[in-house]
Amino acid sequence: MIVSKQKPFDEILAALEESRKIFLVGCAKCATVCKSGGEEEIWQMQELLASAGKEVTGSIVIDEACHMLRAGRDLRGKKEMVAESDALLVLACGAGVQSVSAASEKKTVAGLDTMFLGNIRRLGQYEQKCSLCGECILTETAGICPMTVCPKGLLNGPCGGMQDGRCETDQDAECAWSQIYNRMQSQGSVDNLKKIVSQKDFSKILRPGKLKIEK
Amino acid sequence: MISSLQQKLDAGEFVITAEVCPPKGSDCGEFLEKSSNLRGHVDCINVTDNQGANMRISPLAAAALLVQSGIEPIFQITCRDRNRMALQSELLGAAALGVVNVLALTGDHISFGDHSQAKPVFDLDSVQLLKTISELGEGRDLAGNPLHGTPHFYVGAAAAPEAEPFPLTLFKLEKKVSAGARFFQTQAIFNPEKMRTFRDAVSHLNVKIIAGVLLLKSAGMARYVNAHIPGLSVPASIIEELESAPSPIVKGVEIARRLVGELRPFCDGLHIMAMGREELIPEIIKEVR
Repeated sequence: MIVSKQKPFDEILAALEESRKIFLVGCAKCATVCKSGGEEEIWQMQELLASAGKEVTGSIVIDEACHMLRAGRDLRGKKEMVAESDALLVLACGAGVQSVSAASEKKTVAGLDTMFLGNIRRLGQYEQKCSLCGECILTETAGICPMTVCPKGLLNGPCGGMQDGRCETDQDAECAWSQIYNRMQSQGSVDNLKKIVSQKDFSKILRPGKLKIEK
Repeated sequence: MISSLQQKLDAGEFVITAEVCPPKGSDCGEFLEKSSNLRGHVDCINVTDNQGANMRISPLAAAALLVQSGIEPIFQITCRDRNRMALQSELLGAAALGVVNVLALTGDHISFGDHSQAKPVFDLDSVQLLKTISELGEGRDLAGNPLHGTPHFYVGAAAAPEAEPFPLTLFKLEKKVSAGARFFQTQAIFNPEKMRTFRDAVSHLNVKIIAGVLLLKSAGMARYVNAHIPGLSVPASIIEELESAPSPIVKGVEIARRLVGELRPFCDGLHIMAMGREELIPEIIKEVR
Protein backbone atom coordinates (compact mmCIF):
# COMPACT_ATOMS: atom_id res chain seq x y z
CA MET A 1 0.00 0.00 0.00
CA ILE A 2 1.11 3.58 -0.66
CA VAL A 3 1.46 5.35 2.67
CA SER A 4 0.60 9.03 2.76
CA LYS A 5 -0.23 11.68 5.32
CA GLN A 6 -2.06 14.95 5.16
CA LYS A 7 -0.09 18.15 4.83
CA PRO A 8 -0.63 20.60 7.71
CA PHE A 9 -3.91 22.44 7.15
CA ASP A 10 -2.27 25.89 7.07
CA GLU A 11 -0.08 24.71 4.17
CA ILE A 12 -3.15 23.46 2.32
CA LEU A 13 -4.89 26.72 3.00
CA ALA A 14 -1.90 28.71 1.75
CA ALA A 15 -1.90 26.69 -1.47
CA LEU A 16 -5.62 27.51 -1.88
CA GLU A 17 -5.14 31.19 -1.11
CA GLU A 18 -6.38 32.47 -4.45
CA SER A 19 -9.09 29.84 -4.80
CA ARG A 20 -12.41 30.37 -3.05
CA LYS A 21 -14.46 27.51 -4.48
CA ILE A 22 -12.97 24.07 -3.96
CA PHE A 23 -13.85 20.63 -5.30
CA LEU A 24 -12.53 17.80 -3.09
CA VAL A 25 -11.13 14.49 -4.34
CA GLY A 26 -10.29 11.48 -2.16
CA CYS A 27 -9.25 7.90 -2.86
CA ALA A 28 -11.01 4.75 -1.66
CA LYS A 29 -7.84 2.65 -1.62
CA CYS A 30 -4.56 3.51 0.12
CA ALA A 31 -5.47 7.03 1.28
CA THR A 32 -8.58 5.61 2.93
CA VAL A 33 -6.59 2.94 4.79
CA CYS A 34 -4.01 5.56 5.84
CA LYS A 35 -6.79 7.85 7.05
CA SER A 36 -5.43 10.63 4.89
CA GLY A 37 -7.99 10.85 2.09
CA GLY A 38 -11.04 8.59 2.59
CA GLU A 39 -14.73 9.53 3.04
CA GLU A 40 -14.13 10.59 6.63
CA GLU A 41 -11.15 12.83 5.87
CA ILE A 42 -12.95 14.39 2.90
CA TRP A 43 -15.84 15.27 5.18
CA GLN A 44 -13.51 16.70 7.82
CA MET A 45 -11.66 18.70 5.18
CA GLN A 46 -14.97 20.09 3.96
CA GLU A 47 -15.74 21.32 7.49
CA LEU A 48 -12.30 22.85 7.90
CA LEU A 49 -12.48 24.62 4.54
CA ALA A 50 -15.95 25.95 5.31
CA SER A 51 -14.80 27.37 8.62
CA ALA A 52 -11.88 28.99 6.78
CA GLY A 53 -14.35 30.79 4.52
CA LYS A 54 -14.07 28.52 1.48
CA GLU A 55 -16.99 27.16 -0.48
CA VAL A 56 -16.88 23.45 -1.30
CA THR A 57 -18.66 22.89 -4.61
CA GLY A 58 -18.70 19.11 -4.18
CA SER A 59 -16.56 16.07 -3.53
CA ILE A 60 -15.82 12.58 -4.75
CA VAL A 61 -13.91 9.61 -3.43
CA ILE A 62 -12.53 7.86 -6.50
CA ASP A 63 -12.41 4.10 -6.18
CA GLU A 64 -8.74 4.02 -7.19
CA ALA A 65 -7.37 7.47 -7.91
CA CYS A 66 -4.21 6.10 -9.58
CA HIS A 67 -6.43 4.54 -12.27
CA MET A 68 -6.35 7.29 -14.88
CA LEU A 69 -9.40 6.23 -16.89
CA ARG A 70 -11.50 5.75 -13.77
CA ALA A 71 -10.42 9.09 -12.30
CA GLY A 72 -11.32 10.85 -15.56
CA ARG A 73 -14.68 9.13 -15.76
CA ASP A 74 -15.56 9.87 -12.11
CA LEU A 75 -14.64 13.53 -12.50
CA ARG A 76 -16.79 13.79 -15.65
CA GLY A 77 -19.67 12.43 -13.54
CA LYS A 78 -19.34 15.56 -11.34
CA LYS A 79 -18.70 17.87 -14.26
CA GLU A 80 -20.76 20.84 -13.04
CA MET A 81 -19.35 20.87 -9.54
CA VAL A 82 -15.83 20.63 -10.95
CA ALA A 83 -16.55 23.39 -13.44
CA GLU A 84 -17.88 25.64 -10.71
CA SER A 85 -14.71 25.29 -8.60
CA ASP A 86 -11.52 27.38 -8.72
CA ALA A 87 -9.33 24.47 -7.69
CA LEU A 88 -9.33 20.72 -7.02
CA LEU A 89 -7.92 19.71 -3.64
CA VAL A 90 -6.81 16.08 -3.97
CA LEU A 91 -6.36 13.90 -0.90
CA ALA A 92 -4.65 11.01 -2.69
CA CYS A 93 -1.05 9.91 -3.26
CA GLY A 94 1.11 11.63 -5.88
CA ALA A 95 -0.06 9.13 -8.48
CA GLY A 96 -3.69 9.92 -7.69
CA VAL A 97 -3.06 13.66 -7.84
CA GLN A 98 -1.63 13.24 -11.32
CA SER A 99 -4.58 11.19 -12.56
CA VAL A 100 -6.70 14.15 -11.51
CA SER A 101 -4.40 16.82 -12.94
CA ALA A 102 -4.34 14.89 -16.24
CA ALA A 103 -8.15 14.78 -16.32
CA SER A 104 -8.87 18.42 -15.52
CA GLU A 105 -7.56 21.79 -16.61
CA LYS A 106 -8.33 23.23 -13.17
CA LYS A 107 -5.63 24.12 -10.67
CA THR A 108 -4.79 20.95 -8.74
CA VAL A 109 -3.64 21.15 -5.12
CA ALA A 110 -1.94 18.15 -3.49
CA GLY A 111 -3.22 17.77 0.04
CA LEU A 112 -1.07 14.80 1.00
CA ASP A 113 2.59 13.95 1.25
CA THR A 114 3.26 10.54 -0.27
CA MET A 115 5.78 8.61 1.79
CA PHE A 116 6.46 4.99 0.92
CA LEU A 117 5.18 1.60 -0.12
CA GLY A 118 4.22 0.23 3.26
CA ASN A 119 3.14 -2.85 5.08
CA ILE A 120 0.31 -2.53 7.57
CA ARG A 121 1.43 -3.61 11.04
CA ARG A 122 -1.99 -2.76 12.42
CA LEU A 123 -4.47 -0.04 11.54
CA GLY A 124 -2.67 3.27 11.85
CA GLN A 125 0.82 1.72 11.93
CA TYR A 126 2.70 1.36 8.66
CA GLU A 127 6.26 0.23 7.92
CA GLN A 128 8.39 0.36 4.82
CA LYS A 129 9.79 -3.04 3.94
CA CYS A 130 10.24 -2.76 0.17
CA SER A 131 11.83 0.14 -1.69
CA LEU A 132 10.81 -0.91 -5.20
CA CYS A 133 14.42 -1.49 -6.32
CA GLY A 134 13.50 -3.33 -9.50
CA GLU A 135 15.57 -6.45 -8.75
CA CYS A 136 14.38 -8.46 -5.78
CA ILE A 137 17.03 -10.06 -3.57
CA LEU A 138 14.76 -11.33 -0.79
CA THR A 139 15.45 -14.98 -1.68
CA GLU A 140 19.12 -14.43 -0.83
CA THR A 141 18.52 -12.42 2.32
CA ALA A 142 16.25 -14.74 4.28
CA GLY A 143 13.16 -12.77 3.32
CA ILE A 144 14.29 -9.46 4.90
CA CYS A 145 15.25 -6.58 2.62
CA PRO A 146 18.53 -4.86 3.55
CA MET A 147 18.02 -2.32 0.74
CA THR A 148 15.10 -0.98 2.75
CA VAL A 149 15.40 -2.04 6.36
CA CYS A 150 19.06 -0.89 6.57
CA PRO A 151 19.04 2.94 6.37
CA LYS A 152 22.26 2.73 4.33
CA GLY A 153 20.96 -0.09 2.11
CA LEU A 154 24.10 -2.15 2.78
CA LEU A 155 24.24 -5.43 0.87
CA ASN A 156 27.22 -7.14 2.52
CA GLY A 157 26.51 -7.03 6.22
CA PRO A 158 26.17 -4.54 9.06
CA CYS A 159 28.05 -1.26 9.32
CA GLY A 160 30.31 -0.38 12.25
CA GLY A 161 27.43 1.39 13.93
CA MET A 162 25.59 -1.79 14.88
CA GLN A 163 25.55 -2.15 18.66
CA ASP A 164 24.04 -5.17 20.38
CA GLY A 165 22.14 -5.86 17.17
CA ARG A 166 20.62 -2.35 17.16
CA CYS A 167 20.79 0.22 14.36
CA GLU A 168 23.00 3.30 14.77
CA THR A 169 20.23 5.55 13.46
CA ASP A 170 17.54 4.27 15.84
CA GLN A 171 18.24 2.50 19.12
CA ASP A 172 14.73 1.05 19.04
CA ALA A 173 15.24 -0.60 15.67
CA GLU A 174 16.94 -3.95 15.19
CA CYS A 175 19.79 -3.83 12.64
CA ALA A 176 18.58 -5.30 9.34
CA TRP A 177 21.64 -7.54 9.17
CA SER A 178 21.11 -8.75 12.71
CA GLN A 179 17.57 -9.74 11.69
CA ILE A 180 18.87 -11.48 8.57
CA TYR A 181 21.60 -13.23 10.57
CA ASN A 182 19.11 -14.52 13.18
CA ARG A 183 16.76 -15.77 10.47
CA MET A 184 19.60 -17.48 8.59
CA GLN A 185 20.77 -19.13 11.79
CA SER A 186 17.34 -20.64 12.39
CA GLN A 187 17.15 -21.71 8.74
CA GLY A 188 20.68 -23.12 8.76
CA SER A 189 21.73 -20.88 5.88
CA VAL A 190 24.33 -18.64 7.54
CA ASP A 191 26.89 -19.63 4.90
CA ASN A 192 25.04 -17.28 2.55
CA LEU A 193 26.71 -14.44 4.44
CA LYS A 194 30.10 -15.45 3.05
CA LYS A 195 29.26 -14.47 -0.50
CA ILE A 196 30.23 -10.97 -1.63
CA VAL A 197 27.17 -9.27 -3.07
CA SER A 198 27.97 -7.11 -6.08
CA GLN A 199 26.87 -3.56 -6.55
CA LYS A 200 23.24 -3.00 -7.36
CA ASP A 201 22.05 -2.32 -10.92
CA PHE A 202 20.24 0.98 -10.57
CA SER A 203 19.43 1.08 -14.27
CA LYS A 204 16.55 -1.23 -13.35
CA ILE A 205 14.74 1.70 -11.79
CA LEU A 206 15.52 4.61 -14.05
CA ARG A 207 12.77 7.21 -13.80
CA PRO A 208 10.08 7.46 -14.94
CA GLY A 209 9.32 3.76 -14.64
CA LYS A 210 7.27 2.20 -17.42
CA LEU A 211 5.86 -1.26 -17.99
CA LYS A 212 3.75 -2.37 -20.92
CA ILE A 213 2.61 -5.96 -20.87
CA GLU A 214 2.82 -7.48 -24.34
CA LYS A 215 0.24 -10.13 -25.13
CA MET B 1 54.95 5.79 -5.28
CA ILE B 2 55.27 3.20 -2.52
CA SER B 3 53.43 3.27 0.77
CA SER B 4 55.86 3.58 3.66
CA LEU B 5 53.01 2.44 5.89
CA GLN B 6 52.88 -0.80 3.97
CA GLN B 7 56.67 -1.15 4.01
CA LYS B 8 56.81 -0.69 7.77
CA LEU B 9 53.92 -3.04 8.51
CA ASP B 10 55.25 -5.67 6.12
CA ALA B 11 58.63 -5.42 7.83
CA GLY B 12 56.94 -6.06 11.17
CA GLU B 13 57.54 -2.53 12.43
CA PHE B 14 55.03 -1.13 14.92
CA VAL B 15 53.29 1.92 13.40
CA ILE B 16 51.47 4.92 14.80
CA THR B 17 48.81 6.75 12.83
CA ALA B 18 46.84 9.78 13.94
CA GLU B 19 43.62 11.34 12.83
CA VAL B 20 43.61 15.02 11.93
CA CYS B 21 40.31 16.50 10.88
CA PRO B 22 40.45 18.78 7.82
CA PRO B 23 38.89 22.23 8.25
CA LYS B 24 35.37 23.41 7.64
CA GLY B 25 36.49 26.08 5.20
CA SER B 26 39.25 26.47 2.68
CA ASP B 27 42.04 27.59 5.04
CA CYS B 28 44.21 24.54 5.70
CA GLY B 29 46.90 26.45 7.62
CA GLU B 30 46.06 25.07 11.05
CA PHE B 31 45.45 21.59 9.63
CA LEU B 32 48.91 21.57 8.04
CA GLU B 33 50.55 22.99 11.14
CA LYS B 34 49.00 20.35 13.39
CA SER B 35 50.00 17.66 10.93
CA SER B 36 53.55 18.98 10.58
CA ASN B 37 53.99 19.04 14.35
CA LEU B 38 53.34 15.29 14.35
CA ARG B 39 56.21 14.66 11.94
CA GLY B 40 58.62 12.22 13.53
CA HIS B 41 55.99 11.14 16.04
CA VAL B 42 53.52 9.34 13.78
CA ASP B 43 53.95 7.38 10.55
CA CYS B 44 50.81 8.46 8.78
CA ILE B 45 47.99 10.91 9.15
CA ASN B 46 44.39 9.87 8.53
CA VAL B 47 42.40 12.52 6.74
CA THR B 48 38.75 12.10 7.62
CA ASP B 49 35.96 12.34 5.05
CA ASN B 50 33.18 14.67 6.19
CA GLN B 51 33.51 13.05 9.58
CA GLY B 52 30.31 12.37 11.46
CA ALA B 53 28.47 13.45 8.29
CA ASN B 54 29.54 17.05 8.91
CA MET B 55 30.51 18.91 5.73
CA ARG B 56 34.18 19.87 5.54
CA ILE B 57 36.85 20.40 2.90
CA SER B 58 37.37 17.47 0.56
CA PRO B 59 39.65 14.87 2.16
CA LEU B 60 41.32 14.49 -1.23
CA ALA B 61 42.40 18.15 -1.18
CA ALA B 62 43.59 17.85 2.41
CA ALA B 63 45.45 14.61 1.68
CA ALA B 64 47.11 16.14 -1.38
CA LEU B 65 48.30 19.09 0.71
CA LEU B 66 49.87 16.64 3.14
CA VAL B 67 51.62 14.85 0.28
CA GLN B 68 52.99 18.22 -0.88
CA SER B 69 54.32 18.81 2.62
CA GLY B 70 56.07 15.46 2.64
CA ILE B 71 53.62 13.83 5.05
CA GLU B 72 52.11 10.47 4.12
CA PRO B 73 48.32 10.51 4.47
CA ILE B 74 45.74 7.78 4.75
CA PHE B 75 42.94 9.09 2.58
CA GLN B 76 39.59 8.14 4.10
CA ILE B 77 36.79 7.78 1.59
CA THR B 78 33.18 6.97 2.38
CA CYS B 79 30.23 5.78 0.30
CA ARG B 80 27.82 8.23 1.88
CA ASP B 81 28.36 11.21 -0.41
CA ARG B 82 29.51 9.75 -3.73
CA ASN B 83 28.14 7.29 -6.23
CA ARG B 84 30.37 4.71 -7.92
CA MET B 85 31.48 7.14 -10.60
CA ALA B 86 32.49 9.83 -8.12
CA LEU B 87 34.27 7.28 -5.91
CA GLN B 88 36.33 5.98 -8.82
CA SER B 89 37.23 9.39 -10.21
CA GLU B 90 38.16 10.58 -6.71
CA LEU B 91 40.42 7.55 -6.29
CA LEU B 92 42.10 8.15 -9.63
CA GLY B 93 42.60 11.76 -8.61
CA ALA B 94 44.10 10.65 -5.31
CA ALA B 95 46.59 8.39 -7.07
CA ALA B 96 47.57 11.17 -9.48
CA LEU B 97 48.20 13.48 -6.51
CA GLY B 98 50.50 11.00 -4.80
CA VAL B 99 48.14 9.47 -2.26
CA VAL B 100 49.17 5.87 -1.58
CA ASN B 101 47.01 4.76 1.36
CA VAL B 102 43.23 4.56 1.34
CA LEU B 103 40.81 3.68 4.12
CA ALA B 104 37.56 2.53 2.50
CA LEU B 105 34.50 3.19 4.64
CA THR B 106 30.74 3.04 4.45
CA GLY B 107 30.42 6.33 6.34
CA ASP B 108 28.23 7.54 9.19
CA HIS B 109 24.61 8.04 8.30
CA ILE B 110 23.70 11.47 6.99
CA SER B 111 21.20 12.01 9.81
CA PHE B 112 24.08 12.41 12.33
CA GLY B 113 25.57 15.47 10.71
CA ASP B 114 25.00 19.10 9.87
CA HIS B 115 23.33 18.45 6.49
CA SER B 116 20.66 16.02 7.63
CA GLN B 117 18.39 16.97 4.70
CA ALA B 118 20.94 15.84 2.12
CA LYS B 119 20.34 12.73 0.03
CA PRO B 120 22.40 9.82 1.38
CA VAL B 121 24.09 8.06 -1.54
CA PHE B 122 25.37 4.62 -0.47
CA ASP B 123 25.47 3.49 -4.12
CA LEU B 124 28.19 1.05 -2.98
CA ASP B 125 28.92 -0.37 0.45
CA SER B 126 32.41 -0.68 1.93
CA VAL B 127 32.94 -4.21 0.61
CA GLN B 128 31.94 -3.16 -2.91
CA LEU B 129 34.17 -0.08 -2.60
CA LEU B 130 37.11 -2.29 -1.64
CA LYS B 131 36.40 -4.47 -4.69
CA THR B 132 36.23 -1.37 -6.82
CA ILE B 133 39.66 -0.25 -5.59
CA SER B 134 40.99 -3.72 -6.41
CA GLU B 135 39.51 -3.49 -9.90
CA LEU B 136 41.14 -0.09 -10.44
CA GLY B 137 44.40 -1.68 -9.29
CA GLU B 138 43.96 -4.25 -12.05
CA GLY B 139 43.81 -1.48 -14.58
CA ARG B 140 40.09 -1.34 -15.25
CA ASP B 141 37.08 0.49 -13.95
CA LEU B 142 33.92 -0.98 -12.46
CA ALA B 143 32.34 -1.16 -15.91
CA GLY B 144 35.33 -3.13 -17.20
CA ASN B 145 36.87 -0.31 -19.24
CA PRO B 146 40.69 -0.14 -19.37
CA LEU B 147 42.43 2.67 -17.48
CA HIS B 148 45.17 4.94 -18.76
CA GLY B 149 47.43 4.68 -15.73
CA THR B 150 46.66 2.22 -12.94
CA PRO B 151 46.40 3.38 -9.32
CA HIS B 152 48.07 1.21 -6.70
CA PHE B 153 46.93 1.79 -3.15
CA TYR B 154 47.66 0.21 0.19
CA VAL B 155 44.07 -0.34 1.23
CA GLY B 156 42.53 -0.53 4.66
CA ALA B 157 39.09 -0.98 6.14
CA ALA B 158 37.39 -0.21 9.42
CA ALA B 159 36.65 -2.78 12.10
CA ALA B 160 34.52 -2.53 15.22
CA PRO B 161 35.99 -5.04 17.71
CA GLU B 162 33.23 -4.46 20.25
CA ALA B 163 30.29 -4.83 17.87
CA GLU B 164 27.76 -7.49 18.80
CA PRO B 165 26.78 -9.99 17.46
CA PHE B 166 30.47 -10.39 16.64
CA PRO B 167 30.13 -13.51 14.42
CA LEU B 168 27.98 -11.41 12.09
CA THR B 169 30.62 -8.66 12.02
CA LEU B 170 33.26 -11.27 11.32
CA PHE B 171 31.51 -12.36 8.10
CA LYS B 172 31.79 -8.81 6.86
CA LEU B 173 35.42 -8.43 7.94
CA GLU B 174 36.24 -11.60 6.01
CA LYS B 175 34.56 -10.14 2.94
CA LYS B 176 36.50 -6.90 3.38
CA VAL B 177 39.77 -8.80 3.34
CA SER B 178 38.85 -10.95 0.35
CA ALA B 179 37.77 -7.73 -1.43
CA GLY B 180 41.25 -6.29 -0.93
CA ALA B 181 41.68 -4.82 2.58
CA ARG B 182 45.23 -5.31 3.85
CA PHE B 183 44.91 -3.55 7.18
CA PHE B 184 42.18 -2.72 9.67
CA GLN B 185 41.94 0.49 11.60
CA THR B 186 39.63 -0.20 14.51
CA GLN B 187 37.08 1.88 16.32
CA ALA B 188 38.38 3.38 19.54
CA ILE B 189 38.69 0.62 22.08
CA PHE B 190 38.81 0.94 25.86
CA ASN B 191 38.98 -2.69 26.88
CA PRO B 192 42.31 -4.41 26.06
CA GLU B 193 40.76 -7.82 26.64
CA LYS B 194 38.33 -7.14 23.76
CA MET B 195 41.34 -6.32 21.58
CA ARG B 196 42.93 -9.65 22.39
CA THR B 197 39.71 -11.51 21.53
CA PHE B 198 39.43 -9.51 18.32
CA ARG B 199 43.02 -10.22 17.27
CA ASP B 200 42.49 -13.94 17.83
CA ALA B 201 39.21 -13.90 15.91
CA VAL B 202 40.77 -12.30 12.82
CA SER B 203 44.19 -13.99 12.98
CA HIS B 204 43.24 -16.29 10.07
CA LEU B 205 42.72 -13.26 7.81
CA ASN B 206 46.40 -12.35 7.73
CA VAL B 207 45.65 -8.67 7.98
CA LYS B 208 47.46 -5.91 9.90
CA ILE B 209 45.59 -4.43 12.85
CA ILE B 210 45.93 -0.81 13.85
CA ALA B 211 44.02 -0.34 17.11
CA GLY B 212 42.09 2.85 17.77
CA VAL B 213 42.73 5.00 20.86
CA LEU B 214 40.52 7.96 21.58
CA LEU B 215 41.65 10.79 23.85
CA LEU B 216 38.85 11.37 26.35
CA LYS B 217 39.00 15.02 27.35
CA SER B 218 36.44 14.89 30.16
CA ALA B 219 33.84 12.70 31.85
CA GLY B 220 31.20 14.64 29.93
CA MET B 221 32.82 13.72 26.63
CA ALA B 222 33.01 10.06 27.70
CA ARG B 223 29.30 10.07 28.49
CA TYR B 224 28.55 11.78 25.19
CA VAL B 225 30.57 9.15 23.35
CA ASN B 226 28.62 6.38 25.04
CA ALA B 227 25.30 7.97 24.23
CA HIS B 228 25.94 9.24 20.71
CA ILE B 229 28.87 7.57 18.98
CA PRO B 230 27.86 4.24 17.48
CA GLY B 231 30.08 1.31 18.36
CA LEU B 232 32.01 2.95 21.22
CA SER B 233 31.67 2.05 24.86
CA VAL B 234 33.65 3.74 27.62
CA PRO B 235 33.61 1.66 30.82
CA ALA B 236 32.19 3.25 33.97
CA SER B 237 35.56 2.92 35.73
CA ILE B 238 37.18 5.23 33.15
CA ILE B 239 34.37 7.78 33.46
CA GLU B 240 34.85 7.64 37.23
CA GLU B 241 38.60 8.29 36.83
CA LEU B 242 37.94 11.33 34.67
CA GLU B 243 35.26 12.59 37.02
CA SER B 244 37.43 12.57 40.11
CA ALA B 245 40.56 13.97 38.44
CA PRO B 246 41.60 17.55 39.29
CA SER B 247 42.55 18.03 35.62
CA PRO B 248 40.41 15.88 33.30
CA ILE B 249 42.63 16.48 30.27
CA VAL B 250 45.77 15.39 32.15
CA LYS B 251 43.87 12.33 33.31
CA GLY B 252 42.59 11.73 29.79
CA VAL B 253 46.14 11.72 28.43
CA GLU B 254 47.17 9.34 31.21
CA ILE B 255 44.29 6.96 30.34
CA ALA B 256 45.14 7.08 26.64
CA ARG B 257 48.81 6.45 27.40
CA ARG B 258 47.87 3.50 29.58
CA LEU B 259 45.61 2.07 26.82
CA VAL B 260 48.43 2.47 24.31
CA GLY B 261 50.61 0.27 26.50
CA GLU B 262 47.87 -2.27 27.18
CA LEU B 263 46.76 -2.59 23.55
CA ARG B 264 50.22 -2.77 22.04
CA PRO B 265 50.74 -6.54 22.53
CA PHE B 266 47.58 -7.27 20.54
CA CYS B 267 48.09 -5.17 17.43
CA ASP B 268 50.49 -4.08 14.69
CA GLY B 269 50.04 -0.40 15.27
CA LEU B 270 47.97 2.24 17.00
CA HIS B 271 45.68 4.91 15.66
CA ILE B 272 45.33 7.97 17.87
CA MET B 273 42.23 10.13 17.72
CA ALA B 274 42.92 13.26 19.77
CA MET B 275 39.84 15.23 18.68
CA GLY B 276 41.52 18.56 18.12
CA ARG B 277 44.22 18.14 20.81
CA GLU B 278 46.78 16.66 18.42
CA GLU B 279 49.60 18.44 20.29
CA LEU B 280 49.09 15.89 23.08
CA ILE B 281 49.76 12.89 20.82
CA PRO B 282 53.54 12.76 21.44
CA GLU B 283 52.80 12.55 25.16
CA ILE B 284 50.25 9.76 24.62
CA ILE B 285 52.58 7.61 22.56
CA LYS B 286 55.93 8.36 24.20
CA GLU B 287 56.32 4.91 25.70
CA VAL B 288 55.84 3.09 22.40
CA ARG B 289 58.00 5.36 20.27
